Amino acid sequence: MSDNLLEIKNLKIGATVYPPGEKPHDITIVHDVSLDLKKGQVMGLIGESGAGKSTIGLSSMSYGRGGVEITGGEVFVNGRDILKIQAHGLRELRGREVTYVSQSAAASFNPAMRLMDQVIETTLLHGLSTKTQAEERAIELFRSLGLPDPENIGNRYPHQVSGGQLQRVMTAMALCPKPDLIVFDEPTTALDVTTQIDVLAAIKKAIRDTGVAALYITHDLAVVAQVSDEILVLRHGNMVEHGTVQQIIEEPKEEYTQELVKAHSITHEEKKPTDNPILRVENITASYAGTIKVLKDVSVDIHAGQTLAVVGESGSGKSTLARVITGLLPPSEGRIVFDGKELTPALPNRSLDDLRELQMIYQMADVAMNPRQTVGQIIGRPLELYFGMKGAEKRKRVIELLDEIEMGEKFIDRYPAELSGGQKQRVCIARSLAAKPKLIICDEVTSALDPLVADGILKLLLDLQKIENVAYLFITHDLATVKSISDSIAVMYLGELVRYGTKSEVLSPPFDDYTDLLLSSVPEMKLGWLEEVLADRKMESAGN
Amino acid sequence: MGHPILNLVAQRIALGLLLLFLASGLIFIGTQILPGDVAQSILGQSATPEAVANLRKELGLNDPAYVRYFKWLAGVLQGDLGTALSNGKSIAEGISSRLQNTLFLASWAAALSVPLAVVLGLLAVQYRNRWPDKLISGVSLASISLPEFFIGYLLIYFVSVQLGWFPSVAILNETMTLGEKLNAIALPVVVLTMVVLAHMMRMTRAAILNVMQSAYIETAELKGLNPFTVIRKHAFPNAIAPIVNVVMINLAYLVVGVVIVEVIFVYPGMGQYLVDHVSKRDVPVVQACALIFASVYISLNIIADIVSIVANPRLRHPK
Repeated sequence: MSDNLLEIKNLKIGATVYPPGEKPHDITIVHDVSLDLKKGQVMGLIGESGAGKSTIGLSSMSYGRGGVEITGGEVFVNGRDILKIQAHGLRELRGREVTYVSQSAAASFNPAMRLMDQVIETTLLHGLSTKTQAEERAIELFRSLGLPDPENIGNRYPHQVSGGQLQRVMTAMALCPKPDLIVFDEPTTALDVTTQIDVLAAIKKAIRDTGVAALYITHDLAVVAQVSDEILVLRHGNMVEHGTVQQIIEEPKEEYTQELVKAHSITHEEKKPTDNPILRVENITASYAGTIKVLKDVSVDIHAGQTLAVVGESGSGKSTLARVITGLLPPSEGRIVFDGKELTPALPNRSLDDLRELQMIYQMADVAMNPRQTVGQIIGRPLELYFGMKGAEKRKRVIELLDEIEMGEKFIDRYPAELSGGQKQRVCIARSLAAKPKLIICDEVTSALDPLVADGILKLLLDLQKIENVAYLFITHDLATVKSISDSIAVMYLGELVRYGTKSEVLSPPFDDYTDLLLSSVPEMKLGWLEEVLADRKMESAGN
Repeated sequence: MGHPILNLVAQRIALGLLLLFLASGLIFIGTQILPGDVAQSILGQSATPEAVANLRKELGLNDPAYVRYFKWLAGVLQGDLGTALSNGKSIAEGISSRLQNTLFLASWAAALSVPLAVVLGLLAVQYRNRWPDKLISGVSLASISLPEFFIGYLLIYFVSVQLGWFPSVAILNETMTLGEKLNAIALPVVVLTMVVLAHMMRMTRAAILNVMQSAYIETAELKGLNPFTVIRKHAFPNAIAPIVNVVMINLAYLVVGVVIVEVIFVYPGMGQYLVDHVSKRDVPVVQACALIFASVYISLNIIADIVSIVANPRLRHPK
């Protein structure tokens, strides 16, 4: 027997899919993947969605999510083939030898149970120690993971703790039974950059201190480079490249890996602000339910054919600003001037033309479309509503729009469920363009997409801006996106505008503390970046 | 202290009282717009106009409707449900023993059906889409699809007449021991259980299956917990609110909707009492029964709301 802790040999994983209008059929999600992991080693699994990385990670616990089935190959943990053992044996493996940390800790904790009871549940179940011992160990782990008030945080319920803290509690939960292997499934993807860095540091320290082995799954190469020893690049369920971290990020061999390494390659020449902004937001203050102010005296301008990027972490009020501009949340103070005239604060009182000129694109393209309507109906609806188009005329315009978003006529009768994530977002862009707007509010439109797909969407938005001369209010937490597409930038923090100006002004030193924190938190693709940043940080994230 | 739960609970109770007040108005209006004259129907067709006029005066029927409504309401609030027209006795006295009997029947039916429904629901989840699930769903669906009078007569014919296990007529009296009483109400309890079981069982199953889609159930499975522990510790506590709601609606049905079952088994409960007095055109009794039914319905639903509020950890432990 070798000294490998985990050995995956020629793994094949399949699933049955139920496409609309077709017979259910079997597909293969993972083709012939093999990997070895020694005790105490960390392997990064990287790839975009559909690469099969989570599926491979879960196979080390012999678990298939939602009808997924392991159809071939062998998985050895501590020398035994876990695909051949029965349910009872699997329960011995899961939570004892291999534990799991999921992407969304907020959804992965039982809302009706105290954190401590959940953290020590596995330890008690497998009879590894007494309750008092387990609680002491959990408190020790909370402390070493940098959680505030480690003695008492376990008495709280999940909703009483922030997202970044929950992610660390989940790491403590995975470490508590002293497993041999932890599967980290995108543990920092749902967090703000400024919070991600703390969680990442906590995970890295925990791995080093305990000597546990880990599979670290992510789509972000810069993140995985900070914690892994080796990296396995996956695409469409196939192995693309395997090597040490240094080799992968410094001399990637395969073309696909090279693309991943140099993602965010868009460059955009900054345009000068004009004298007549298309939208003036003047001294806006807004609150929900009249009590807590989520926007405090915010003023920004957007110029025709240009992009204003609004950046900030969750809770900074950036989406609330969009709600105020669209009229969904009338402000308590201040006014909004659109194209020279003041906009009515509340949505129901705005004219059809005001509605038409101000469109919106959302983060989750698939919930922003009616799943029972075809692409043609979805894009055709604003044409009908605002311009009274019907029949052949409408169809012709829909096809023009489909060509503009580089999809073409063949998609006109498809349903949203038949499209990929990037295609769905393109359809949403076409729908907003159909109204011939002067301003489009883009709320985190690329956050749910893989880096390469997101790049495609950003390129498309920039091209369309040149053709249609439309202005964008681009809300995002991703500074790399901001750098590549904006003309001016507004940095927000806890409802206030902390920095505002043209792109070159905002991104040139001297920085205020918050902008510095934000800029320094964006993971960079180099070894040792994490330690460098933590060493010269000036302030803490609000999410802690 | 101003705990948000206390405020929410107080709000529910206040709303319930308001609802009860509105219900009393509807009941009163409903009985007023029925055709015919109460005095006339008491005295019969042969009564002289003078006698009818005298009786109307005596009963206060010449007052405007709103005056009579508030008189009635004031009486009810003081525990005086009025006097039955048919026998001149106090309604409160007549109803109390009937109400006790109905509650006796309903609580035994509840004691049997609620645990059974929850356990069957849990089993159906555990064996979902396999034969135990299909059997449980099938049998309970069949029993809810048959009208209760039909189930009632089937049971009377087979269990009572053919096998002679239980009496077909559920008559209670003061001298009976608890065992004798339970023997007497066995068949109506079974019928009621069969009627309410399916609804509660299917809701339990659906609510838990809904929770089973959550990410925290996957977490629990990946902890190596056995399937029944996953359901009991992680799924059920988060499915309590919808389950309690449907349980309460069914408990209300056990009290309010038993008219048919009581009539079939000649059981001396509220349902029988109501039906008897409707046929005698005894309006005050009908009003009193309706008001009691309304308050049972509203209070059980308030309890359901309060349980849902208290079961929600976000409300119980605010940030």
